[in-house]
Amino acid sequence: MQSTNDAAHWTKTRNLMLTHLGVWLFFGYIIHMFVPVLNKITILGFPLGFYMAAQGSLLAFVIMLFLFARQQDRIDREFNVAED
Amino acid sequence: MATQQTSGSSDFLNNLGRVYAIYTGGFLAFVILLAILEQLGVPNRILGYLFVFFTLAVYAIIGILSRTAQVSEYYVAGRRVPALYNGMATGADWMSAASFVGMAGTLFLLGYDGLAWVLGWTGGYVLVSILVGPYLRKFGAYTVPDFMAFRFGGNFARMIAVVVLVCCSFTYVTAQIFGTGIIASRFLGMQFEIAVFVGLAGILVCSMLGGMRAVTWTQVAQYIVLIVAYLTPIVILSTKNYGIPIPQLTYGHALQDIIAREQQMLQTGLATVAALKPHIQPFLTYTPLNFFAIIFCMMVGTASLPHILMRYFTTPSVREARQSVAWSLLFIFLLYFSAPAYAAFSKLEVYTNIIGRDLGSIRPWLFTWGELGLIQVCGKNAVSADALLAACKAIAGHPGVIRLQDFVINTDVIVLSTPEIAGLPYVISGLVAAGGLAAALSTADGLLLAIANALSHDVYYKMLDPNAPTVRRLLVARILLVIVALAAAYTASTRPADILAMVGWAFSLAMAGNFPALVMGIWWKRTTTPAAIAGMLAGFGMCVFYLVVTRYFPQAGVSSFGMSSLTNPATGAPLVDVAQVMADAKWIADVPASGANPLQSKVGWFGLTNIAAGLIGMPIGFAVMWIVSQFTAAPSKEMQAYIDEIRKPRGRTVLEEKT
Repeated sequence: MQSTNDAAHWTKTRNLMLTHLGVWLFFGYIIHMFVPVLNKITILGFPLGFYMAAQGSLLAFVIMLFLFARQQDRIDREFNVAED
Repeated sequence: MATQQTSGSSDFLNNLGRVYAIYTGGFLAFVILLAILEQLGVPNRILGYLFVFFTLAVYAIIGILSRTAQVSEYYVAGRRVPALYNGMATGADWMSAASFVGMAGTLFLLGYDGLAWVLGWTGGYVLVSILVGPYLRKFGAYTVPDFMAFRFGGNFARMIAVVVLVCCSFTYVTAQIFGTGIIASRFLGMQFEIAVFVGLAGILVCSMLGGMRAVTWTQVAQYIVLIVAYLTPIVILSTKNYGIPIPQLTYGHALQDIIAREQQMLQTGLATVAALKPHIQPFLTYTPLNFFAIIFCMMVGTASLPHILMRYFTTPSVREARQSVAWSLLFIFLLYFSAPAYAAFSKLEVYTNIIGRDLGSIRPWLFTWGELGLIQVCGKNAVSADALLAACKAIAGHPGVIRLQDFVINTDVIVLSTPEIAGLPYVISGLVAAGGLAAALSTADGLLLAIANALSHDVYYKMLDPNAPTVRRLLVARILLVIVALAAAYTASTRPADILAMVGWAFSLAMAGNFPALVMGIWWKRTTTPAAIAGMLAGFGMCVFYLVVTRYFPQAGVSSFGMSSLTNPATGAPLVDVAQVMADAKWIADVPASGANPLQSKVGWFGLTNIAAGLIGMPIGFAVMWIVSQFTAAPSKEMQAYIDEIRKPRGRTVLEEKT
């Protein structure tokens, strides 16, 4: 049977997963639904809507993944289920 | 012998940084040497051969040095690949000939809509890391079907997973071998069919002796070549044009110039509204539904493709599996965020130095590609200034300058021609060819290994002969690898048009067949065996049905399954007049639909393109799994305990293979 420690670990893990899934949804889809509006803003020559799809979201994904690896490791250590 | 090998390889693992630093330095020195040879007057053709054969030889040496007689080394590189290096290997595994050569060209042609592919082929790694990869690593599988079989009651689930794996990997690997053939034939002047089998030799020598271990270390080497090759021409171009060696920053200026030039071309009659797709304007090629559907299918497909998932079986720990996904995406990002810069620089060059030019004063780089049939002006291959003049004169009322609608360019040319556009020496073109070859070879290696491993480990060892000794298992694995490779090379040498179009389908097939079972199997303990099997069959079946009907039996799709024409994203009108085509006896009899059939891949449900067919299959897979689980007995206590184990990084892997 699952111990209470494991259950708490899994609850936190699941919440972290859902948070990242939400951010993924935002940068993968939601922000690109506003391209026409965002394209009216120009930074360094880049229309913002174009920039988000070409670089911005990609950068967000990379940062998310490094962050996720750290956060999940912290959760694993907190509940003493991390590898040695 | 065995101990010698082990101590030798741990020396290697301890010195990875130094080994690959020396390798990178050696590669750069080689490029400089060839540049000097070029200045001394060595012909281009010789330089091309030196590039291709030197890099192939290096991969072959790595492949041979990494040979192994141990099962765990062969299947998962001994689970000793550090996160960073596994990230590089995944990067090379992931980025195919299509990414390297074709991506920038797609962005050139489609503008904003092409970014759906850039987004789709990167964002999926988030799903790999948070939903699937680390858990499969803890489980301890050799292959994805291994997990399916353990979690879902044995060999029936294993067999379905093997079928899904072979379906999505085989078309993909055929396209890679085709890609190596194209690059080798273009740069070495070899006959295409021969070039395919030369490429095949290059692939086999990397993977046959050392399996996953050899593929891993060659892929790291191939990543270094491909990223240097991809970035070099464009960094030089950016420095030349804007004084800053960061093309990803400077192409903003190019975008502004393109926008201004587009307006100017419309006003001066150099372009018609119909021929011009404004570069930054969204939803001209894909409807918003299809744009987001493609992103979604590519992302979820990434998290379901076996040749990618199995890369994370090779890390020393679950923690490193997670870090490794992050490194993978960083290395992939380096290429994908540069591709739009290639597209912008090339587009600006074409718009300012070709369109609107007097027919007599075209820059000569264009004719190199015209001779290969890759650039056409006024409907004819642009082989020379005279041919161009003659072709355009034949068009009534031609103004004598090249208009946008006169100009057709193959997407592959964008990356391959950038060195020439920038006026760089041939050595840079050779470098780009070597990079494209590295991209194609590395992806083909990973895919072949995925297919051969599924056949040798899952079908032969787990289903046919569970008592097979190690020696025989490895022998069977190698024989199957050669057979699959030959089959793929043979298919590629017949130049199958359909196979290439089907590569995009691989993601949908993987997504519909694997994703629901993987995610539910890990995240919902209550998922039962009958539910998973029913869900995989239903989801995968539905996806295959949609693909096959829309591509090969569109008439039946319209008459029996209520499909209608996809819509034109710009105007909202149907793409084809279905009623008219269906009344035409010529097209009714065209079953299965030929490439010329106006309905093929142009009909569907909800206006959904068949590239995103996974979007029809996957939700059905999830729904069936959930519903059937409600009516079947919960998985055993033992199985639930195993799932708890998978969820915790600490402890031994669930599946312990005897080696």
